[in-house]
Amino acid sequence: MTDDTAPHPRRLRVLAAMSGGVDSAVAAARAAEAGHDVTGVHLALSANPQSFRTGARGCCTLEDSRDARRAADVIGIPFYVWDLAERFRADVVEDFVAEYEAGRTPNPCLRCNEKIKFAALLDKALALGFDAVCTGHYATVVRRADGSRELHRASDLAKDQSYVLGVLDERQLAHAMFPLGDSRATKEEVRAEAQRRGLAVARKPDSHDICFIADGDTQGFLAGRLGRAEGDIVDEDGRKLGTHEGAYGFTVGQRKGLRLGRPAPDGKPRYVLDISPVDNRVTVGPADALDVSALTAVRPRWCGTPPAGAGSYTAQLRAHGAETPVTAELVDGELRVAFHRPVRGVAPGQAVVLYDGSRVVGSATIATTRRAERVES
Amino acid sequence: MVYLDHAATTPMLPEAVRELGEQLVRTGNASSLHAAGRRARRTVEEARERLAAALGARPSEVVFTSGGTEADNLAVKGLYWARRAADPARTRVLASPVEHHAVLDAVQWLADHEGARVEWLPVDAVGRVDPDALRAAIARDPADVALAAVMWANNEIGTVQPVSALAEAAAEFAVPLHCDAVQALGQTEVDFGASGLSAMAVSGHKAGGPYGVGALVLGRDLAPEALLHGGGQERDVRSGTLDVPAIAAFAVAADLAAAGQARFAREVGALRDALVEAVRAAVPDAVLGGDPDPAGRLPANAHFAFPGCEGDSLLLLLDAQGIECSTGSACTAGVAQPSHVVLATGADPELARGTLRFSLGHTSTRADVAALAEAIGPAVARARSAGLS
Repeated sequence: MTDDTAPHPRRLRVLAAMSGGVDSAVAAARAAEAGHDVTGVHLALSANPQSFRTGARGCCTLEDSRDARRAADVIGIPFYVWDLAERFRADVVEDFVAEYEAGRTPNPCLRCNEKIKFAALLDKALALGFDAVCTGHYATVVRRADGSRELHRASDLAKDQSYVLGVLDERQLAHAMFPLGDSRATKEEVRAEAQRRGLAVARKPDSHDICFIADGDTQGFLAGRLGRAEGDIVDEDGRKLGTHEGAYGFTVGQRKGLRLGRPAPDGKPRYVLDISPVDNRVTVGPADALDVSALTAVRPRWCGTPPAGAGSYTAQLRAHGAETPVTAELVDGELRVAFHRPVRGVAPGQAVVLYDGSRVVGSATIATTRRAERVES
Repeated sequence: MVYLDHAATTPMLPEAVRELGEQLVRTGNASSLHAAGRRARRTVEEARERLAAALGARPSEVVFTSGGTEADNLAVKGLYWARRAADPARTRVLASPVEHHAVLDAVQWLADHEGARVEWLPVDAVGRVDPDALRAAIARDPADVALAAVMWANNEIGTVQPVSALAEAAAEFAVPLHCDAVQALGQTEVDFGASGLSAMAVSGHKAGGPYGVGALVLGRDLAPEALLHGGGQERDVRSGTLDVPAIAAFAVAADLAAAGQARFAREVGALRDALVEAVRAAVPDAVLGGDPDPAGRLPANAHFAFPGCEGDSLLLLLDAQGIECSTGSACTAGVAQPSHVVLATGADPELARGTLRFSLGHTSTRADVAALAEAIGPAVARARSAGLS
């Protein structure tokens, strides 16, 4: 195996997606320093950029576009702004709203990587004669001796972002470049590198929340899109405990914000167990009712050949989540995952990403879960 | 580098660079009464005379500004305010829809904030305003017109307007006509006095002079409200310490540009014709924007729409080969929008997304045209494969 981010035998034409943040700026700088012919692109993802957030965080403002341009100028590479707002709206924002409406909890960053950065952007880049798209993600692409590609966790597991890239197939990976992926540098060291390179974004705060939700108020955004829809909050036996203003406002495993007033009879905290958009009902219950022994997931995507038969892997169920051992099998296009030990709080709509050691095997979108048998105490 | 973006800015003429350098090392505020001030004042006034002579204007008609944009804003807003102050009925503004943003946005601002009622004048398929259309628009109610604005020549598609006939139409009703002549200076004959215009904007860096300096040529009978208040240095309509070196260098450049205009039109025009032929040979379905008759467009301008291409993609591909041009359209938040000029000529909005402007200048060569001729065909083919996103 050879490391894809090591100096290439040939000079590649690389399109660097530059959000205006520090990671993508350093990634572009490293790609240029490695001898590649790099062009920077900032993706305009809002149809009306001025209406988006005005702070330094996020990825959609005019200020971010200027920061990205400034970084490109310092690196000494051409820079363009590409308008992918319509594609982003259709493939990411509308999908986000529809998923919540269906009682699921989507991950828009994953969808953006799958549909925008490594689809719309990559396709345009390839058509224009570029060889690869470079981003500031922390993950590693490994090229095997036979030329095939593998996606691996970043060297620094604390920063690993392979989960949100788990949707990429081998063709997408073959044209992906993550110059930060093999870096053992801490975030502070990446900032120091940016400083040393004269990049003004060195001190810019990280973005954490969803870039298309201006003030970070996801509930407010969803309420604006889906309207208020009062419904019942019930316990596992169907007894009404309270009301909510829209089932879409909840995530399986959520504890805060239930506003039930009365405590549970046993005094223990209650969690969201199930969201049923059909009857607009949210079911809550004790923590151990969240334990899941198996799940099914749809829309599988594989980094390479789909595995045949049942196999043993580890699975990650949310960004920054821990991994857990599983047996997984593809049956009629649906991924069936059995946990070796019950796991808690699995939210439909999130991705399950399967790993073999540090290697990403594939991913799928969680559709249903099977509750673990409760051990009576 | 193959620089085909002279309409954005053109290299300074060596004579202007020399003048700028000589003036930069001198001290003196042109408003001061002592010897240094008097010397600065003399430099400014000689530049004013020189610029006026180059533009067919009187020295007293020249108001130095920070550039074309300020000159346009001063004319549009200042004349609107002054004319409305003299008669509150005057709130109608007539303007062509192909104006540069310096005029277009100033007019729109008056509509949004100052109660102006804007009428966009009709233009034909090459972006030209019919003087009779202006005449008819004013005649509907001559008493309520604050001002009219039509540019001399378009910055994107190069169309030259019938300036004298437009000025004549406006003059019949004593309506002031402002004209943005930023692109025209040095390319076509610009004679303020003979044109009959009320006001005219010019810019230094588009004519071989320095950045950050321009002028509003303003008939003596007009007193626009000031945009910039302060020391009243320029006829009390424009305040701010005069940039003596820039003004002196601008006058040198404008003088040379005006004196060399006929030769520029002949020589650069021939290069432009060769460029148009080369692009058409390489991309037979490319659509020439603006007036197909060379006499009706700026000699240095060529503008094309390439069907099925994103202008941005073409720009990127040519830039990667060292060929510098422009999509000709303005950016909104860095995102290229279809040009308001191209849309105003009635072009298909999809076609309007794939435009490129090639603008030549005093340093252009046959080699520049040859480089473009070689690169444009493959670039268009590649941009087409990337499609319209």
